[in-house]
Amino acid sequence: MSPRSTASERLMPGEQIDDFIVWERLHVGAQGMVYRVTGPERGFPLLMKVPRFQSGEPAENLISYETEAMILPVLSGPHVPRFVAAGDLRRTPYIVLEQVEGQSLESMLDCSPMSADDVARIGAAVADALHSLHKQEAVHCDLKPDNVILRPNGEAVLIDFGLAWHARFPDLLAEEDRFAAGSTPYLSPEQLLGVRGDPRSDVFSLGVILYELATGELPFGAPASRGGLRQRLWMAPDPPAVLAAGVTPVLQEIILRCLEPQAENRYRSAAHVAFDLRHPHQVPLTERAVRVRGPGVLARTRLWWKAHVPTVTPTPIKRALDSAPVIMVAVDTTHSNDERHPAIQRETRHVLSRSDEFRLVCVSVISAPPLGASGADGASALHVEHLVKLRSWTAPLGLPAQRVSLHVIVAPDPARALVDFARRNHVDVIILGAPRPRQQPLAWMRSVASGVTANAPCSVHVVRIPEPKEPADASAMVG
Amino acid sequence: MLALLADIHGNLEALQACLEHARSGGATRYAFLGDLVGYGADPAAVVQMVRRYAAEGAVVVQGNHDAWVAKYSGAMSEGAQDTLLWTRKVLGAEDVGWLGSLPLCVRQEQRCYVHASAASPARWEYVDDARSAKNSAQAAGVAWTFSGHVHRQVLYFGAWSGTMTAFAPVPGNAVPTAPTRRWVAIVGSVGQPRERNPAAAYALFDSVRESITFQRVPYDHLTAARKVRAAGLPDLFPGEPP
Repeated sequence: MSPRSTASERLMPGEQIDDFIVWERLHVGAQGMVYRVTGPERGFPLLMKVPRFQSGEPAENLISYETEAMILPVLSGPHVPRFVAAGDLRRTPYIVLEQVEGQSLESMLDCSPMSADDVARIGAAVADALHSLHKQEAVHCDLKPDNVILRPNGEAVLIDFGLAWHARFPDLLAEEDRFAAGSTPYLSPEQLLGVRGDPRSDVFSLGVILYELATGELPFGAPASRGGLRQRLWMAPDPPAVLAAGVTPVLQEIILRCLEPQAENRYRSAAHVAFDLRHPHQVPLTERAVRVRGPGVLARTRLWWKAHVPTVTPTPIKRALDSAPVIMVAVDTTHSNDERHPAIQRETRHVLSRSDEFRLVCVSVISAPPLGASGADGASALHVEHLVKLRSWTAPLGLPAQRVSLHVIVAPDPARALVDFARRNHVDVIILGAPRPRQQPLAWMRSVASGVTANAPCSVHVVRIPEPKEPADASAMVG
Repeated sequence: MLALLADIHGNLEALQACLEHARSGGATRYAFLGDLVGYGADPAAVVQMVRRYAAEGAVVVQGNHDAWVAKYSGAMSEGAQDTLLWTRKVLGAEDVGWLGSLPLCVRQEQRCYVHASAASPARWEYVDDARSAKNSAQAAGVAWTFSGHVHRQVLYFGAWSGTMTAFAPVPGNAVPTAPTRRWVAIVGSVGQPRERNPAAAYALFDSVRESITFQRVPYDHLTAARKVRAAGLPDLFPGEPP
């Protein structure tokens, strides 16, 4: 029943294991070894991860192996390596998966401190990957630069799910907390207390990565002792701008919000982190942005005290993400008197009322100003004019500034621009107006609403105002 | 594929729905984990159906309600006594004798089938926490222990440290259960599920992939409830009144 000990057994080039032929060894680590393998053609290069077991000690590596072999096969999308096969735990434990082409984030740390733009670009890519994972009801639990690969196209891929958690599978690490630690410099406070399965833990680790990219330093160092580790339960790190001049107030705001010791003070969704990193001008600044030193003794004592009060159990991941949606409303600022505006506002209010941590993204797509009419100044004036209209459109909703962002996009094809924007920004719901049903027959086919509905990556609320009552013979006159 | 059905409790509509669901899910073998009778209006039809499966090799273990109908003569409340006598009458001596002859616990290869706890099957102890699950798994001495009695689906799994942990399964999701650990699956109740959801509960065990999938099957529970009232039995049925 016990798996064969692979601690001393090195696989040899040319050796066949099940359907795969082993080639060179690529990596030797404490957890196991990684080989390049070939097998039945899949159209992408393959790796074989072989866990390392100490004989007679069924420990960390074995549980991590079981966990990864359970979770990786059910994950999908461009942000995780594709799973190919797993060996039988009792005979030859291994996992064969896609060898992701790209550069490890670890190797890019040599370039830190990076510019705020580079940090935002890489950070948003990692946040995209996290959001994709969280939407699949999984939490990585061991996010660190070593476990992130950036593809040549800029997309981030998360690897190593040995400590991961998935809502639909038993958490094999739950009772093994001496193993479930993760990598200490990146570990969230609640993980330290044994809480697993909260996506905000990954958001904390993302904050550590952003801090490291921006400053070249770790916010909490690399403590070896349990006491040193526990400092993050009440200590806020040095503000990153103090360590690196290139850190903008917006970037500091985002990083420190990710690093809040109490999970409820962090971003609830990685999609919101990605959004803020991509739209720095839309991030409302708080005291975090201008902080020049860590919290004072009083604040620290308060946090220290809170750290000793048992934490609440995490909300189920699906419900947690559902409560933090990105909601996009398309507003036609070119036709301010359109009778549909109040109806769209009503619908928006209705959708917003269902969540407490939403992000409302208001988008107006305008066409480019006529050629030669304006130049850069004219374009910018037009932009500001529509931003002002957007702002006044949102005013009746009475929303706090940090919940709303306003975007004017210049594009020839509004439907396409809206769908692209929604796709890039993890929008969960789009709200927009539709033409009246009895307007000329082609109106619907040509409408922005039909183009968006056909291609949107998410649900679309199409708002229509009822047809006014007409005389019985009116239909004969239409068209 | 092995279908695991517990706590049918005389509910023919629920049993038929689960058997049909299991068959279309690829089930070729069946195990009935006790409490075929009690509460529901069709104990005779249920027993007849399960006996047909038993004749074709299905495992059937005895539950506390089955044992009471077969043997009990001690004190009980008036309602319970009425139901007991009614069930005996409806079943007939032959079926009652068959219920009385059922084993409490069956072990096959790495699998143990028992209505309540394998630690003391005849005492009908509830496996409703990590400690009782550990006791049951230890007594079973095999990788997989399949039980009922508790009308709520739970999967307990053993940690390397020896303790067990409860996991609330998501219906329809196959969970790998490699026999390098111990697993105690409480498969839920076919005839009287709890959790404010009238859908019948059972589980499918895939012996090739070594995975277990908990299932919830909607069925015509209003008809089942009507039949209980028509038979004059105590109304202990789940679901809304008609």
